[in-house]
Amino acid sequence: MTTVHIPFLQTGSLAVGGRLLSADERSVQSHSDRPSSLTKGHRACQGCAEALAARWVMDTAVDAAGGRLVVANATGCLEVFSTLYPESAWKPPWIHSLFANAAAVATGIASSLRAQGRDDVRVLAQGGDGGTVDIGLAAVSGMFERNDDVLYVCYDNQGYMNTGVQRSSATPASARTATTPAVGSTPGQAFGQGKSMVRIAMAHEVPYVASATPADLRDLEAKVRTAMSIHGARYLHVLVPCPVGWGSEPSQSIALARSAVQSGIFPVLEARAGELTDVQRIRERCDVTEYLRPQARFAHLFRPGGEDALDRWRALAEANIRRYDLLGGA
Amino acid sequence: MNGHDAPPTVGLSTGPATSLAYHTGTWRTERPVYVDLAPPCSLACPSGEDIRGWLGATQEGEAGFEAAWRRLVAANPLPAVMGRICYHPCQADCNRGEVDEEVGINAVERFLGDTALERGWALPVPAASSGRRVLVVGSGPAGLSAAYHLRQLGHEVVVREAAAEPGGMLRYGIPAYRLPRDVLAAEIRRIEDTGVRIERSTPVTDLRAVEAEFHAVVLTMGAGVAHHVDIPAGAASHIVDAIDVLRDVAAGNAPLVGRRVAVYGGGNTAMDAARTARRLGAADAVVVYRRTREQMPAHATELDDAVGEGVRVQWLSTIAAVDGPRVTIERMTLDDEGRPQGTGVFEELDADTVMLAVGQDADLTLLKGATDIAVDGGVIAVDPVTLMTGREGVFAAGDVSPGSRTATYAVGRGARAVRAVDAYLRSRVLPAEPVARSASADRLNTWYYSDAPKQHRAELAAARRVTGFEEVLSGLDAEHAVFEARRCMSCGSCFECDNCFGMCPDDAIRKLGPGMRYEVDYDYCKGCGICAAECPCGAIDMVPEVR
Amino acid sequence: MREVLEGSQAVARTVARCRPGVVCAYPISPQTHIVEALSVMARTGELGACEYVNVESEFSAMSVAIGASAAGSRAYTATASQGLLYMAEAVFNAAGMGLPIVMTVANRAIGAPINIWNDHSDAMALRDSGWLQLYAADNQEAADLHVIAFAVAEELGIPAMVCMDGFVLTHATDVLELPDADAVDAFLPPYLPTQVLDVEYPITIGTMAGPESFTETKYLQHLRFLDAAEVIDGWSRRFLEAFGREAGGLVARYDRDTCERSRDASAARAGDVTVVAMGSVLGTLQAALPALHDAGVPVRLVGVSSFRPFPAAALRAALGASRDIVVIDRALELGSGGVLTGDVGRALAGTRSRIHSVVAGLGGRPILEASLQDVVRRALDGTLGALDFLDLKTGGIPVPTAGATEVHR
Repeated sequence: MTTVHIPFLQTGSLAVGGRLLSADERSVQSHSDRPSSLTKGHRACQGCAEALAARWVMDTAVDAAGGRLVVANATGCLEVFSTLYPESAWKPPWIHSLFANAAAVATGIASSLRAQGRDDVRVLAQGGDGGTVDIGLAAVSGMFERNDDVLYVCYDNQGYMNTGVQRSSATPASARTATTPAVGSTPGQAFGQGKSMVRIAMAHEVPYVASATPADLRDLEAKVRTAMSIHGARYLHVLVPCPVGWGSEPSQSIALARSAVQSGIFPVLEARAGELTDVQRIRERCDVTEYLRPQARFAHLFRPGGEDALDRWRALAEANIRRYDLLGGA
Repeated sequence: MNGHDAPPTVGLSTGPATSLAYHTGTWRTERPVYVDLAPPCSLACPSGEDIRGWLGATQEGEAGFEAAWRRLVAANPLPAVMGRICYHPCQADCNRGEVDEEVGINAVERFLGDTALERGWALPVPAASSGRRVLVVGSGPAGLSAAYHLRQLGHEVVVREAAAEPGGMLRYGIPAYRLPRDVLAAEIRRIEDTGVRIERSTPVTDLRAVEAEFHAVVLTMGAGVAHHVDIPAGAASHIVDAIDVLRDVAAGNAPLVGRRVAVYGGGNTAMDAARTARRLGAADAVVVYRRTREQMPAHATELDDAVGEGVRVQWLSTIAAVDGPRVTIERMTLDDEGRPQGTGVFEELDADTVMLAVGQDADLTLLKGATDIAVDGGVIAVDPVTLMTGREGVFAAGDVSPGSRTATYAVGRGARAVRAVDAYLRSRVLPAEPVARSASADRLNTWYYSDAPKQHRAELAAARRVTGFEEVLSGLDAEHAVFEARRCMSCGSCFECDNCFGMCPDDAIRKLGPGMRYEVDYDYCKGCGICAAECPCGAIDMVPEVR
Repeated sequence: MREVLEGSQAVARTVARCRPGVVCAYPISPQTHIVEALSVMARTGELGACEYVNVESEFSAMSVAIGASAAGSRAYTATASQGLLYMAEAVFNAAGMGLPIVMTVANRAIGAPINIWNDHSDAMALRDSGWLQLYAADNQEAADLHVIAFAVAEELGIPAMVCMDGFVLTHATDVLELPDADAVDAFLPPYLPTQVLDVEYPITIGTMAGPESFTETKYLQHLRFLDAAEVIDGWSRRFLEAFGREAGGLVARYDRDTCERSRDASAARAGDVTVVAMGSVLGTLQAALPALHDAGVPVRLVGVSSFRPFPAAALRAALGASRDIVVIDRALELGSGGVLTGDVGRALAGTRSRIHSVVAGLGGRPILEASLQDVVRRALDGTLGALDFLDLKTGGIPVPTAGATEVHR
């Protein structure tokens, strides 16, 4: 893992910072003069983990690029809540074109910079799961396949939240959305559907693929920094709990990301050139219900008849734990 | 080339960070507020130490040691002593115990106390003279604490001690293997260095007589007289008071106790006596106690240490009779209310010496004729808040007054009495104590505290302990003391981990710099509550917004 | 230097001389040789400091061009037919963001039925996408228009399509004189973007506009578009001065007698039948009409060079007093008539002109000189209706004879 080792100082490496840390041991987010690339005044919902993760990712990228970062953003929550004319919450140069084309726009920017001989300026593209896994997949795949010098970041809130919480191909099994209602014999999103964008990215054998969550800032920053140290197509998949779409308390966004990882549901990993190179081990294993129960989209799993689905969820966690050796020691 | 009538709209491009014009704070229904709650360690500390505070300073390492010690001695002038003998109720309540193991507060306290002695740090210079004179009767922990705090406030203090050396039970009741005498002497000397005058071998026998010399008197004579029970005993029986044995050992007159010793009682003195008996050559030391382990007044650590040194305990037993080396034991049983009742079943035990450790009484001879000073249950009755006795200007603290008979409690009571004495001397009303909100464990987000085992004090091998009176527990070195201090979770008080600052999705928290903590930018805070949920130490409350 | 060149090659070479920073290309739906030729020049270094990006779809082609243009590069791509529709969303977006991309559209039909041959349905489908649409009458103009298109687009901050008839021009070989590199360098100012993703001066491009600002945004875009006519005319004049030949402009006038293109040609007169057309059919008309003229038929020819912005004033001026207007239209507004006819009609609203819409050459159907001559005669004798389909076969859909559709795609 690219995680930083920091000395034990009351909170170890899991907190954002700590007054006892030296300057070079600090996370980017702990600096009072951090870039705050996505700054205050944006209109994200309360407790939006996407807004948080986007600032974390971009601040680290800005830091790693020495302030020379250009960003292309897909249509989606992130774009809408940050740039309602005449206001913009972004500090780096930033462009939004369309829903499906952030990766291609970023390729265009990267190509332009290359043509101009500007190898000092780096390019980041970002979008939600819809803009990445569904409608934007072709452009992302093309960018990967050409190995364009772009870091693509997907903030995965597991559905079309901006437009009223519809299903995407990143929506997890049994989740209730506006288009997979929790009614009928198989309520919510069907089991056996959806796709793993991380594995799709790995299949392209791009130089760097990683997943992360807002439950581990140090890990996320380290991954962005690693990604920024590499040229070519890179992919970072960040799970971002969405209080509105998931039906969870705004204050629980980070806790949910944590239980997603600690239950084995969301593997946090790194891959290089298509090969899995590291996984984050589960630190305090929890049952899937710790992740599912606080989310209203899974409320039907906790009513009579939901037991089978819960068992299938446990099986999903087990499969991840086996596949990625999340408990270590295999 | 730009002479066109219409300006380009160019995708409505706009300037960076123009969103600052939009104040999302209006969305808020709850606002985060930073709070400082009382940590359970301090709430449990009878001496009233700001444990979180001095641990916090210790966390800084070398640069913070002296500051830590100064915060410590603000409450307790005897950290090297208490760092050895305190039964540390703070640790029993430490929230860290629910994460892995409680913080070794006592060990860090001793480290700071020892470090101060090594480096010769002086106690604070007292405030300007108040022109008031106060007499403290007795120089045990309560007396020393009272004297120190009175002196700090600028009062002239005289301590009168009946014994040849000051320290009271610290000197004469606690064995040297737990509290080396040089440590005790050094900390007492340091108090004297602040201007406290200790008059040795000066018993006070007449309260009226001394009252004329002083503006106030604090009675801290302790409870050094052994309590007696009636046990039928034959002429050849060797029955001694445990407290006397301890006192004799402390004074350098180690008695002969024989190979088999029975100690009657279940308090800390019983444990000290049994362990001392082992050191005095007893191959077999048995503690006879009439109740069960759960009911035993001795602290669990004291019992564990004693058992570790080979002391046996005979539970649910009373000594019915002693005849020479033959001790008759009656087995007891607990009735429905948990009280021990005789069973009529007897057994015998061989003991060369029987030590009685069934409690100690206060010597109240100086109160002769003072009918206005009430005595209740063998101790001086006091106002629970001011610790003033029935007589104006006369206060009492420590074992001579009601309450727990421990050194740490005595230190705390000594300090409490001083607050009242000071108010009395200055004719002021004693300010009410603020109600402390406890930083309970359920407020913490323990995920953030890394697993870090307590740095156990290297213990001498039990076999070696019983051969002499050298100190049993060694102290932490600086590195480990810092490590241990850093295990403190700073319950209920911001320690600047940056979680709130880093995890605000709305970038609405300002970091004010080292030691200055943070502030919420309410113009933008949407009140999501992530900062409160992810605050490791529970230092943020979410408060309903009233508009 | 005059040389024998295929239309696509001529365009590719001219684009290269305009020094684009980024060229992106998706080959099919359907393909032209333009991007192939550019890929060769990218490899040989002839393209200079230019990135050539093989994208996975036309949608990405336009998206890459958007990114490149926003990052400060002169961006170019080429497409046609289905491909143009596939990128439609991005086409509108480029215009809305004011990115002066230049794109060649090798005009072809839109399926179904699938058909790879020429007509104007593709570009017409995107006529209101906010792009300039400049139509080439022949391969010389097709090549030259690219130089003008970059100049105009970059001055206005409006992207431009250079429309040239698929196959008829793109795959046809002519003797051409391409603008040489030095002359293009002298003519075309360097690209100075109005807005650019610059780390020194960061801006946010592509914000969301609510109901309170969207109308005004569109209105300003409209005003800017109105400015475009004058700018197109200006750069076309400058091109004439620099290179000594006519290209672009708003409306092409043709000499009454010779049907040769002439900026100075007189306006049509009352009694004239005026044929209005766009693209390569103008060449067919140049060949067909002199014979009619020689036979005493009062016929004039007017070409529309700029379809977007639509040059209503210039068209009215060229049409003069002519009242019988025959519009040869290569795209059909179903249930209505020719697409160009609609714009001509709007330009002539309030006049007493008789406008005949002749839908011709759909899906690659050859437009014969004799058929055009027949249409003009019928217009003159009053037998041409408001809508006519040139050479329409009756009796159902004809089945082609074996081998009739063998073409090189």
